[in-house]
Amino acid sequence: MNPSSFISVAFRGVFGGFVLDAAFTTPTHGVTALFGPSGCGKTTVLRCIAGLQRLADGYCAVNGDVWHGGRSFRPVHQRPIGYVFQEPGLFPHLTVTGNLLYGAPGRSPLRPGDPAGFDEVVALLGLEKLLDRAPRKLSGGERQRVAIGRALLSRPQLLLMDEPLSALDPQARDEVLPFLRRLHDSLSLPFIYVSHDMREIEQLADHLVLMRAGRVLAAGPLGELQGDPALPLASRRDAAVTLDAVVSAYDPAYGIAMLAVDGGCFTAPMRRSVVGGRRRITVAAGDVSLAREAPRATTVLNTLPVRILSATPAAEHEIVAVLGLGPAGAGSRILARVTRLSWENLRLAEGNELYAQIKSVALVRECAK
Amino acid sequence: MNELPPDVWIAVRLTVGLAAITTLILLLVGTPLAWWLARTEAWWKEGVAAVVAMPLVLPPTVLGFYLLVALGPDGPGGAIAALWGGRTLAFTFGGLVIGSVIYSLPFVVQPIRNAFEAIGERPLEVAATLRASPRRVFWTVAVPLARPGFLTGAVLGFAHTVGEFGVVLMIGGNIPGSTRVLSVAIYDYVETSQWREASILAGGMVVFAFVVVFAVMLAGKRLMRVAE
Repeated sequence: MNPSSFISVAFRGVFGGFVLDAAFTTPTHGVTALFGPSGCGKTTVLRCIAGLQRLADGYCAVNGDVWHGGRSFRPVHQRPIGYVFQEPGLFPHLTVTGNLLYGAPGRSPLRPGDPAGFDEVVALLGLEKLLDRAPRKLSGGERQRVAIGRALLSRPQLLLMDEPLSALDPQARDEVLPFLRRLHDSLSLPFIYVSHDMREIEQLADHLVLMRAGRVLAAGPLGELQGDPALPLASRRDAAVTLDAVVSAYDPAYGIAMLAVDGGCFTAPMRRSVVGGRRRITVAAGDVSLAREAPRATTVLNTLPVRILSATPAAEHEIVAVLGLGPAGAGSRILARVTRLSWENLRLAEGNELYAQIKSVALVRECAK
Repeated sequence: MNELPPDVWIAVRLTVGLAAITTLILLLVGTPLAWWLARTEAWWKEGVAAVVAMPLVLPPTVLGFYLLVALGPDGPGGAIAALWGGRTLAFTFGGLVIGSVIYSLPFVVQPIRNAFEAIGERPLEVAATLRASPRRVFWTVAVPLARPGFLTGAVLGFAHTVGEFGVVLMIGGNIPGSTRVLSVAIYDYVETSQWREASILAGGMVVFAFVVVFAVMLAGKRLMRVAE
């Protein structure tokens, strides 16, 4: 592994009865999500990366640059990070413009052609009309957007976000969430994003660090971890697998797109699409049913040949099966949750080749290349 | 109506001058002290805070007594005075300033400390993640956000110095133009049965006290509104 494009961390410490022992490595491109139940130490890890918290036993290196290791500890203000807290934390004594420029002192607000210049960030976040306002006159969603803009304008090389949407109501959340991904795609700035909301993560993340009780259970590409039956994600009620697909055909007469993934092709209704465009889709385990023979007359659009790669009991009378798409199941993996009754009735077993019927495929978002 | 005797105006000028210098020194000394008290995690910080707050509880005469000893020819004050050929700091304007600073310290430190503490950790952390050095965080975030505390502290420090009596009497005596401040002058007038002068000065102090308290309350409210 080339250390120059990774962030590696290892933090160990005790906080009032809570033991943190977290280590992982993740690429410094794309969005890495730190996911886990509340109180599992996600925020602490993020604060340690930022240098807001200092553990005696800690290591943090970003792109080969050691920020914390042994006795060397780079103070917060010397780390090229942006940090978006749960609540916006705008400076009440400054206007929106004053807040935006706080981390960019002496920098000309106008620098044409700069993807992270003042005007560009303001336009990207839709802040044009708010610039002269005082923070207390903004809505929650507006404040959080200003906080994000302020972090971006400090020219970070790594943007750390601690559940930036959790303090927002659902409406404001839907307002900010698409901004975040657009930001990432247009600035190609790596993010580390703390969340306990899988829906946010499916929209945003490329990599996942799965945490529980102060430890890292696994770290890797989002889809891989979602489809790993050894991890708790697969047995969740809302278990799903995220796949990045390419639009291989589009039929405007029916509004139907063909979405090619490794080892298969999904069909999904879409209002409009460009052939060759990339879309992220999620397939929920509960939407996948299994059949021995290809059903002939059905309204379900997606029937794909699959192979059962593994089966794990989930809830009391349920089984979660990992399915491989394509010949010999060598393609992308999806999950299926079936009752134990059906499992035994159909005498299913690992290695079986069958057909998966997928009731619905959720389109999450367009993805950048 | 007879004019007030000129020594009243001398006393007023002296008092205002003393209070102004004292307030200035208190802000310079009290601000870092308040910042340290608000931010440090040292276990002995409350001990320091208690020492700072002691003038609130001690009788001014007790404080004045120790100051008299300290400022006198055999104390450190005498040693300092010797630098310019003096014998003692007691019964001088300089000694009065030192006494006032110590006596009014809690009135300045406490509001500023409270204001610093009320800011909370978050704005300071936010500023640090925006690459502000600790010095810049202090001047551009902590001080502006603590403005109400500075206002209250400065006004209370000033007013309290204007009204001080016991300490002045112990270490300053009653030297016109040098240590004879308003409160001492009022005491003098009463002693010598000059009731008219005493009542004018006392009435003036009442009006002054009201204006000060009222102005602090109004300004505090306004700053609060701005800060919201």
